[in-house]
Amino acid sequence: SITGACRAIQKLTRVRVVDNSALGNTPYHRPPKCIHVYNKTGVGKVGDTILLAIKGEKKKALIVGHKMPGPHMTPRFDSNNVVLIEDNGNPVGTRIKTPIPYILRQREGEFSKVLAIARNFV
Amino acid sequence: RINSDGKPAKFQPPPKPVIIDKQKQREERRFLSPEFIPPRGRTDPLKFYIERKDMIQRRKVFNIPEFYVGSVLAVTIADPYANDKVNRFVGICIQRGGKGLGATFVLRNVIEDQGVEICYELYNPRIQAIEVLKLEKRLDDHLMYLRDALPEYSTFDMNMKPVSRLDHEEIPVNKLQVRMKPKPWSKRWERPKYNIKGIKFELPETKMKAAQKWSQPWLEFDMLREYDTSKIEEKIWKEVSEELKK
Repeated sequence: SITGACRAIQKLTRVRVVDNSALGNTPYHRPPKCIHVYNKTGVGKVGDTILLAIKGEKKKALIVGHKMPGPHMTPRFDSNNVVLIEDNGNPVGTRIKTPIPYILRQREGEFSKVLAIARNFV
Repeated sequence: RINSDGKPAKFQPPPKPVIIDKQKQREERRFLSPEFIPPRGRTDPLKFYIERKDMIQRRKVFNIPEFYVGSVLAVTIADPYANDKVNRFVGICIQRGGKGLGATFVLRNVIEDQGVEICYELYNPRIQAIEVLKLEKRLDDHLMYLRDALPEYSTFDMNMKPVSRLDHEEIPVNKLQVRMKPKPWSKRWERPKYNIKGIKFELPETKMKAAQKWSQPWLEFDMLREYDTSKIEEKIWKEVSEELKK
């Protein structure tokens, strides 16, 4: 049985990798799942780092959009979007086609490289 | 002029032109934004009066146009984290909620195959402009089913040009029947509780009949649920239009 997609991101949510990295785009018989959220509460919102299990490997990722409605005037996406990231914060892929919320610009210091490869902003 | 008999016909003056002065004859179309109508409850009407004064004050400074669920809007807001500090979003209004100053509307669009919805507050001072690109109504009060419909029904070009319409025409009702993605949907839209008319259900007859099992036909006759807003609307319309003309 398949549960409905979780609204915010917590352990065992299936996520959608949005960048053009090889890890994120090659098909595998299991979808990428979150196994840990680097947060005091176990719930990940936009801008939180999570640990992903993709293709039998562990990889860190950054949440760029979720199905849960956030504060007013911020966008709500139809799928839980995630960008693969290294331990030092460098993104794995080279381009992000899907729109990214402007809120991430607030933490320009940590996510400057991810924001640099993003094309569309919402 | 000579008749077919050969005798001169009696002079008949030409028919007088009938002048229909459309400007005077058409009735003034009234539109009262739904957030002005107070919800049914036991709160003091003074609270709604004070809120209405603030709403009118904001409307004098900033123009909030008339729009309905199903019209395409473009909203620019002031965003400290955007380039040029302004953020423009185009989308179809799928829901208008909230009463008073907290009134919101949700715009939906599909950008690069990703569905995006943004809930804007009408009276938020960060909003710099609201433009109505296409003014039209739909068959339902809310278009939440667009999330389960094919993405072509929610895609609108970001640089869409406003569709021109004449002032005195009635607002067109778009009787579009939307085709859905295969089930499962986020809500069971075929059930009579949602009363959706804008979907082209391609489900088998057995499923449609089984959905009618959840119908509650006694609800429309329930007198305790009635809320007649016509008199309240009249009063508030007079108040609001007088204030805005000043």
